[in-house]
Amino acid sequence: MKTASSAQPLPGDFAIWVFIFAELLVFGVLFSAYALSRMSNAGLFDASQATLNRSYGLVNTLTLVTSSYFVARATRAIRHGRSAACGRWLGGALALGALFLAVKLLEFHDDFSRGITLSTNLFYMFYLSLTFFHFMHVVLGMVILGFVAYRTYAGAYDANRYTGVETGASYWHMVDLVWIILFALIYVLH
Amino acid sequence: MKYSSQKVAMPYFIAALALFFGQIVFGLIAGLQYLDGTFLFPDLPFNVTRMSHTNLLIVWLLMAFMGAAYYIVPEEAQTELYSPKLALVTFWVFLAAAALTLAGYLFVPYSQLAAMTGDAILPTMGRGYLEQPLPTKIGIVLVALSLLFNVTMTLIKGRKTSLNLILIGSLWGLALLFLPAFYFPDDTVKASYGWWWIVHGWVEGDWELILGALLGFILIKMTGVDREIVEKWLYIIIAMTLMTGIIGIGHHYYYIGAPAYWIWLGSIFSALEPIPFLLLVAFAFKMLLQRRREHPNKAAMLWALATPIVAFLGAGLWGFMITLAPVQYYTHGTNFTAAHGHLAFFGAYAMVSLSIISYAMPLLRGREANSPSAQRWEMTGFWIMVFSMIVITLALTGAGIVTAFLQRSGDNPLGFMQVQDKERVFFWIREFAGLGFFSGLLVYLGSFFISGEYDYASEAKQALSA
Repeated sequence: MKTASSAQPLPGDFAIWVFIFAELLVFGVLFSAYALSRMSNAGLFDASQATLNRSYGLVNTLTLVTSSYFVARATRAIRHGRSAACGRWLGGALALGALFLAVKLLEFHDDFSRGITLSTNLFYMFYLSLTFFHFMHVVLGMVILGFVAYRTYAGAYDANRYTGVETGASYWHMVDLVWIILFALIYVLH
Repeated sequence: MKYSSQKVAMPYFIAALALFFGQIVFGLIAGLQYLDGTFLFPDLPFNVTRMSHTNLLIVWLLMAFMGAAYYIVPEEAQTELYSPKLALVTFWVFLAAAALTLAGYLFVPYSQLAAMTGDAILPTMGRGYLEQPLPTKIGIVLVALSLLFNVTMTLIKGRKTSLNLILIGSLWGLALLFLPAFYFPDDTVKASYGWWWIVHGWVEGDWELILGALLGFILIKMTGVDREIVEKWLYIIIAMTLMTGIIGIGHHYYYIGAPAYWIWLGSIFSALEPIPFLLLVAFAFKMLLQRRREHPNKAAMLWALATPIVAFLGAGLWGFMITLAPVQYYTHGTNFTAAHGHLAFFGAYAMVSLSIISYAMPLLRGREANSPSAQRWEMTGFWIMVFSMIVITLALTGAGIVTAFLQRSGDNPLGFMQVQDKERVFFWIREFAGLGFFSGLLVYLGSFFISGEYDYASEAKQALSA
């Protein structure tokens, strides 16, 4: 019988989990505020949401989910001591992260050329600030992954020492998870 | 103390405590002026008392931060300070500038002081905390540049630890964030923006990083926990501070003519600002539980552990209570804000300054820790001051709530002075608690004059026989 003590310990460093939970709390509050203000402005929110280009959102969702898969493969590779493969998977994840940023910038450019600002209406205020806030998290996640990739190439990890890779991977999965909720909430649900 | 040049921290710490004493005296006078508007008038009008109280606070905290930097940076970099002489010259320049400015406040009418010091050429005077005449403001920049030059050169020639990088980086931030003090446009909204970039940027951003670095240093030294663990926590705390604090500035932009989206952004992000303080509490106690040694300086440990708790209460909880826009609509500028200001400034920045002073002063005086009796005095002072400050906070909160109900809401709101009259009981409680704080401060300062050092042999013997 499985007991609590035989459960797997948290992957990665304990401190990153404190950070991840704090981040989820922050996004949780942001999503709740969005949901609450939508309740009294459903018409406005639906009309504004219809103007968003869902293709951008969908491409970015697939990009981030794939990058999360790459990061998971990187973790598996290092657990088997294959640090070169780990480095390649991390490099791939970073490239996808960059693709996400590029697509998002393109979308922001479209939004701004349509004259949309934080002051346009409540929906766009949430849309712009939530996606920008998440954008900055992708940047931070890439900094962390970049650091882990650099350390991987420098030979800091092997089959017995890979906490750093798991730590970076855990944070990246959080960035991905938040986007999936954000995409569903802001682009799709109406 | 590992490097002789760390000794330059001592005059900074002593001056900080002297200015702290001055701050409390002006606080007591201001409290009395709330009860009797004519007290000391016209020799010391209320606006001058208040200005002296708040400016002394800023100056003594800056003194303590600088002393802490001169103490910590060489030890972390494992090398002597680049120029101890420059640090000492800077100290005297800063102290003289502070004394002259205070004399200017006390002996020259403010408008005349402004006319005398070139405010017409480049207007900078008049905003809260930034009342200093132009020459003083320029002096602050020069003093900051001298400190930054000195510690950065020390860092370049020595070991580069994350903690030192965080500390020196946040000192650079402190200096850069002061620059909007020279930007005072006629447009009141823009003037408010510039003012809050400094005040909010300092106390709800950059200074939190300084607080983290000072606390991190004390905890590394006192608990013997690996610096990697401490530094990891610091990075997380910094990330959360910036993530919530930068956009959290929006809570100063409500209803002042700034765009309406600040009501949402300010409310949401500033509501999250308690998180980094909560993380600081978790960090401090986790380090305590993982400690690998029992440091003899119990007083310093008490300060260091209490700092995040009182900071969380004052900055986190009391800040949260008034930060949401619909609440702020009623509580803006009431004594509720003063309650938050008192417990936050004391809990976060005064207490972290007293923590590093408590840790470093015995070492600067050539002993690892003070004698147990000196520590008992210090800890007694600690409890009296903390308790009194909590009473001050509660009294001001009471007054703030009364204002919100009687003056800000209802069908027949009362006038400002009528409401002030109804709040006298709170102002009396505040004044008595202020006197309590003052007595705690005297006990605390008295502990510095109890001689003797911590004697391991006799303490061990006593513990075994007990």
